[in-house]
Amino acid sequence: MNIGIAGSLESNDALVTVKAADTTKIEIHSIVDVFYHDQIEKVVKDVLSKKKNDKIHVIIEDKGALDYTIKARLLTALARMEANNA
Amino acid sequence: MTNSLGRNVPEGKKPFVSSTDYKSHKRQQIGLKTQAEKPVFYESLETAFVDLSLHSGMTFSFHHHLRSGDKVLNQIAKLIEYSDLKNISLAPSSIFPQYDLSELIRSGRINNIYTSYLNGPVADAIQDGHLKGELIMQTHGGRARAIESGELAIDVAFLACPTVDLNGNGSGAIGKSACGTLGYAVSDLMYAKKVVLITDNIVDKLEKYQFDHRFVDMVVKVDSIGDPKGIVSGTTRITRDPIGLKIAHDTALMLEALGEIKPGMSIQTGAGGTSLAVADAIDKLMVKHQIKGSFASGGTTGFHVNMLKQGLFSKLYDVQCFDLEAADSYRVNAFHKGISASEYANPHDPKAIVNKLDIVILGATEIDLKFNVNVTTDSFGKIIGGSGGHADTANGARITIITAQLMRARIPIVKEKVHTVTTPGSDVDILVTERGIAVNPLRKDIITKLEAAKFKFVTIQSLLEIAEKICGKPKELPEGKRQIGVVEYRDGTVIDSLYGSR
Repeated sequence: MNIGIAGSLESNDALVTVKAADTTKIEIHSIVDVFYHDQIEKVVKDVLSKKKNDKIHVIIEDKGALDYTIKARLLTALARMEANNA
Repeated sequence: MTNSLGRNVPEGKKPFVSSTDYKSHKRQQIGLKTQAEKPVFYESLETAFVDLSLHSGMTFSFHHHLRSGDKVLNQIAKLIEYSDLKNISLAPSSIFPQYDLSELIRSGRINNIYTSYLNGPVADAIQDGHLKGELIMQTHGGRARAIESGELAIDVAFLACPTVDLNGNGSGAIGKSACGTLGYAVSDLMYAKKVVLITDNIVDKLEKYQFDHRFVDMVVKVDSIGDPKGIVSGTTRITRDPIGLKIAHDTALMLEALGEIKPGMSIQTGAGGTSLAVADAIDKLMVKHQIKGSFASGGTTGFHVNMLKQGLFSKLYDVQCFDLEAADSYRVNAFHKGISASEYANPHDPKAIVNKLDIVILGATEIDLKFNVNVTTDSFGKIIGGSGGHADTANGARITIITAQLMRARIPIVKEKVHTVTTPGSDVDILVTERGIAVNPLRKDIITKLEAAKFKFVTIQSLLEIAEKICGKPKELPEGKRQIGVVEYRDGTVIDSLYGSR
């Protein structure tokens, strides 16, 4: 299946799910959304643009993860999706 | 109108001036009401309720010594509804999540709430805007002051009491619902117009008691006043979190550098995992240097009891027992002394223990660049607690230390401005985090001593910068929501306002 998952729902972590899609769609559910929504979105967009990926649905369930955690979880989820695909 | 900290104060309320302003005001005490006759004993709460001739608009008070096991407040809440009382003011010393008052608040039966600590469904109902009147958050000492001065006039105090004797004297030390000292209820006992003790254990004669029958109007026997499992929090443990342990270790080392680990020292710490770790680290230093302190105070746990038994302190002044070991020790150890909320923290009580404290270790949900501390709301503005004795001990103790993780789930603890001020920065001296210790610039004496000891510390500004570098700078919360109540400083002035969630 065209899906990749990484992370957890522990405090300070995030569960990131990626699915192949027709366009890019970013869904953020975060306990710190009111403070950091834009920053989380920016991290996701930066990773996707670097990977030149514009056909993906990203779902972030965030429990207060720092930027590098979100980035690492997203990269791993993308790699797992590719591995699943191969 | 704003107060001296720039915080909103509703019209008609006294704004906070300073943390020393109370010293220029005299103690006010209404007359003590004593009973010539013996209290009347009842077998049912319903009958007692009828005989009290209650009416709408009255103020009822309660204490929280049975903590999350308390069954008394919910029973009275049912009777408020059953008796069709409206516009009642409720003054429990704390409100915990087991209280089911949302419907009474929505329907206008309970319109005003005075308390020192609040969380759970009642907090949510108030923040959703259902309370018709206002929420007044007091400190533990401020509550005692408000009651004795008549500022908070109590019509009936419904006091859960684990054991009552045939004369009407009451004690929390024994009985199936024993909870230890009943310190927070003593002002209610002495100054409420009517006092009802509610008990599930009646004995012939108590040799030792905290509640004197002369203040008691009625005694009501019920099946159960509380669930023992909820009354005590069980075993209180030292944290195993490495960040908490580092903070505790650094705090103890700093106290050593300040020369505060010394004979006759007195200290108060909380009952949380990190607080206990601090107490443990200090304990070890005291043993190492063979130091004997004078007293430890506050809410107590088995850990504090052990320090007393080891002879590290000669006395324990206890306003509330957090676990069974503390309650047992209070019952049997003459050096484990129960004190009232007034003797603990009333700003006008000449005996107040907080004023004799060398060191107090406290927590924070937020602390700002002026060292103002918030323990009332979280960073989202949600009510999650309240001062309790925070502002009282911070003001009374010679050195006030806040221990806190610099960030929790991405939210920095250090802010430019706290969401709610519970304790003014003028009373807060040192912040210990895992990434550095900051000293309030107002405490030049502490700065000089730490410099002399070559003990490393930083500015609070630099801690904010570290936190925001790691977490990112959080966006400002939207402002301008409806005022739902106020936070009072210990002298009864308004230190900040509380806002609804919509």
